[in-house]
This record gives sequence, C-alpha cells and structure tokens, in this order.
Amino acid sequence: MKRKRRLTITYMMLSLIGIVMIYPLLWMVSASFKTNREIFSSLSLIPTEILWNGYSKGWQGSGQYTFATYFSNTFYMVLPTVLLTVVSSLLVAYGFARFRFRGKNIMFTLVIASLMLPTEVIIIPRYMLFNKLGWLNTYLPFIIPAAFATYSFFIFMLIQFIRGIPRELDEAARIDGCGPWGTLINIILPLCKPALVSCVIFQFVWRWNDFLNPLIYISSVKKYPMSLALRMALDVTDTINWNQTMAMSVLAMVPPILLFFLCQKYFVEGVASTGIKG
Amino acid sequence: MKKNDHQAVAYLFIMPWIIGFLVFQLYPFIASLIYSFTDFSLLKSMKFIGLRNYIQMFTRDRVFFKSLWATIKYVIIAVPGKLVFALLIAMILNMKLRWINFFRTIYYLPSILGGSVAISILWKFLFSKTGTVNTLLAHFYIPAQDWLGNPNLALVTMGLLVVWQFGSSMVLFLAALKNVPSELCEAARVDGAGRIRTFFNITLPLLTPTIFFNLIMQMINAFKEFNAPFLITKGGPLNSTYLYGMMVYENAFLHSKMGYASAQSWILFLLILIFTAFTFKSSPYWTFYEDGGEY
Repeated sequence: MKRKRRLTITYMMLSLIGIVMIYPLLWMVSASFKTNREIFSSLSLIPTEILWNGYSKGWQGSGQYTFATYFSNTFYMVLPTVLLTVVSSLLVAYGFARFRFRGKNIMFTLVIASLMLPTEVIIIPRYMLFNKLGWLNTYLPFIIPAAFATYSFFIFMLIQFIRGIPRELDEAARIDGCGPWGTLINIILPLCKPALVSCVIFQFVWRWNDFLNPLIYISSVKKYPMSLALRMALDVTDTINWNQTMAMSVLAMVPPILLFFLCQKYFVEGVASTGIKG
Repeated sequence: MKKNDHQAVAYLFIMPWIIGFLVFQLYPFIASLIYSFTDFSLLKSMKFIGLRNYIQMFTRDRVFFKSLWATIKYVIIAVPGKLVFALLIAMILNMKLRWINFFRTIYYLPSILGGSVAISILWKFLFSKTGTVNTLLAHFYIPAQDWLGNPNLALVTMGLLVVWQFGSSMVLFLAALKNVPSELCEAARVDGAGRIRTFFNITLPLLTPTIFFNLIMQMINAFKEFNAPFLITKGGPLNSTYLYGMMVYENAFLHSKMGYASAQSWILFLLILIFTAFTFKSSPYWTFYEDGGEY
C-alpha cells in the first residue's frame, strides 16, 4: 500500500516535469495560430481566435526570398557536412583504434585536446583563411573541414565504439583474405551502425541549429540558412504578426525532431554503449 | 617490411585528420596567438604592437571585466544546476518504472533543439515582461518579474535555458547508473544502510567519472555560449548578460578590432584551461575508479 502511494507520487512528479519540459514547445506551436495579443497574455494552448495564415504568410518571408530558399539552403549546407563528417571520422577512428603507429599517443592526445578548444579562439584566423581562399559566402567553410575530420568529437566517439568490437572478428576477416580496407567495410562498418547513426543525429542537429558560423561566413540573404533567416525575422517583425515568426520557428524545429524520432532506437544504443555526452 | 606496410596503411587512414588538424585547427590556433600581439582588421594591414592589447584589456577596458565576471557567474549558475537536475532525474528513471522510454524521450527533446535560434525566440517570448511565465506566476499571486530586463535576473533566466536542456547529461547518467552493480547496493542495505546512505556511499562514488566528464564538457560549452545573449538580450541590460563569446564576436566582426579580439579569445582559452586543469587536478580527490584509477 505504502509502495503504491510512493509510486503514484513518483509518476506524478515525472509527469509534472515532463509537462514543464514539453510545454514551451507546445506553446510555440499554439502561438503560431494566435493573435499578437493572445501570444503575450494567455497560458492556454488552445487559441480563442485561430489565425490560419501564420504558415502561409510566414513562408513568404519578409524580403525577396521565401522560406523555401532558406530551407533548401540549410540542406545544401548541412547534408554534405554531415556525410563527410561521418565518413572521414570513421576512417580516422578506424586508424586509431586498430593500428599501431609512431606518434599515436601524441596524436590521440591532440584529438582530445582539440575537443576542448573553444571556437572563439580559432574563428578569426579561420575567417582570414577562408577569406583568402575565396570561400566566404559559400558553404565550403562548413563542408571542407568536415571532409578532413575536424569535428574531433566524432572521432573520439567512434574510437571508443570500435574499441568495443572484439578484435577476433578482425582476425577472422584477415584469415578469410580481407585487407585493412575489407575489414573496415565488412566487419567494422556494419557493427558501427548505432554509433554512426548517433554521429549523424548529433552532427545534423548541431549544424542545423548552428548560428554563429553562418553569421560570420554567410553574408548574402540569398544564401541564408534557417538560423539566419529566423534571426532576420526576429529583427524586422516588430510591427508584423508574431504568429508568422512562431510558425517558421516551429518549421525549423521539425527536421531535427523528425530525425531524432526516426533513429531513436539506434541513438539510445549508440550513446549508451559509447558512454559519452549528447 | 610487414610492419612498415602496416604503419603506412595506418597513416593513410588518419591522413584526413592530420591535414585537417594542421590546417583548420593548429594553424588558426597559433595564428590567433600571433594576431593577439597585433593591431589589424580586414581593411588595415597588420602592425605588431607587443603586449598593448593585453595591457589595454586589463587596465582600461571596463566592459571586459564586466563580461568576464558575467561569464563566470553564468557558468556557476548553469552548469551545476544542469548536472544536479540531470542526476536527480536519472536516479528516478533508474528505479525500473514503466514508461521509462516515454519520459526519457520527453526529457531529451529540449536538448535536441538546444541552442537553436527558434528556442532563443521562444525564451524571449516566454520570459518577456507580459509573457507566459509571468501570467502563470500571477495565478499563484507571485508578482510579475522583469526576467530579461532586470540585471540581477537576466543571467538566471539564461541559466534556466541551460537547465531545461538537462536531458543530454541525464542520458549519460542513466547509462552510468545501469553499470552500478545492484549487488553492491543490496549488500549495503543488508548491512543496514538506508536509501540515502546507499546513494552517497555506493552509487555516487561509482558515478564520479561520468560526473567528471560531464562537468568538463558542460563547462566548456557554457564558457563559449553565444546564441542566448546575442539573440535574447543583446548582452543587456547594463551588460549583465554580455557573455564572453558575444564580446569577442563584436570586437572582431562588428568593431573590426581583430587583434584585440584575438587577445580576448586567448584569455578565454586560458580561463577554460585553468578551470579544466583545476577540475582534472582535483579529480583524484573526488572521482573513484573501480580499477584503482589510471590517470
């Protein structure tokens, strides 16, 4: 009896916290249908007067370009970056996890150390470098570093994961005639699936939400990703209807959430088995 | 011969990283140190001025100190808040209840959206003077607060945004809790330890490596926070939320003082280094490794 009551209290507490966690997101969805006055005053998630035009009007944007442009820009920027990050990080992680070579310890330490290097320190010289290369106002500052495995977090994550794969499997593959490359493709790659999916989710979400880097590297509105477009909407819509800004913010959150739900099973597996942060 | 082949293959695999590290990490890292001793911008050519940037920063720049202090306060508010909350919830979720996956998903959702512009917009609205949070408080007869306009409160409001994203740390704690052998806890119970003592004497020590890792990563993240101050408060009121990352950005790309901004970014780097080193150094006293610990 006592146990049952305690259980009920626990569930109530968990639900209450759940509501606090999820309410702001639901509020945003409902605000995209509300009038300006109601956005500010009402707690209710159901608008008294429903505005249906938030999405259609908001999609038109405030200037020359619609959100169709901003959305596809974001995909052009994010998808190659994610793909190249995963491929290059897997190659490098495989090298670190399965081979012995001179300087390995120092290099591994550098991978870890670069995890702690704040963006602020390297952003000015990088900007100068990309300026010299003529990469400003393109997506190359995002894509090319990804091809060279500069997101060390993922190298670290995959090294940890590959270390957990029994070496006997590699041996067996070698006896069957697989070289290092064959082993990677036939043994490591399939077994790494949960970790790779986690990498995809993390990198997609981080690049999708990234604001500082586009702010610095992308200058023409035509090439704006979602994050910059939303910020622009926030700045110019002092007199316009807020429900449009809210509607576009909701849309901006859809792809990360969708990806998360689609891959959730792998994701939990991947995080749990590598034991690192999210 | 065989061994050399092996080495060559290994270098082939890690080659992308070697190039990437040299070009996109090491070079910018060293260059920014050199920049910090110069006066330059995109339009001006580089001029070496020795330690002048640093001297100016520490003797004349009032905003620098204000920003530095605000950033340290922000880290101290946000990071422990997030970790304590994450651990607490992870403990509850670990009690083998039903619906765990459901709750875990709900709690994790804000972390997915984390620092996005959309969430900053959301926060700005929820915590505005006439916003939803104040409306809610009015139901409990709590007077309305100027969450983002009051210099004493604004930083806390931003800290809440970080705590709201506790899910990412919670997932890690959950994974670590699964590895705590239940026999140990049962043995402690048999010996007459209550729930609370079992937690402090058995569970918590076993979790310390995870806490340590989380602490460092979250600290670094908090030190370089940019989106929240830039989008929600623009650094105000009275520079109370003018966090370090925003100051560096404005000096470099708005005021075109790239040498000065580089010097400031190096101070940030040193600050993070000191905090991290301190955490590392103190860790033998409070982290516990089952295998006796190899540091």
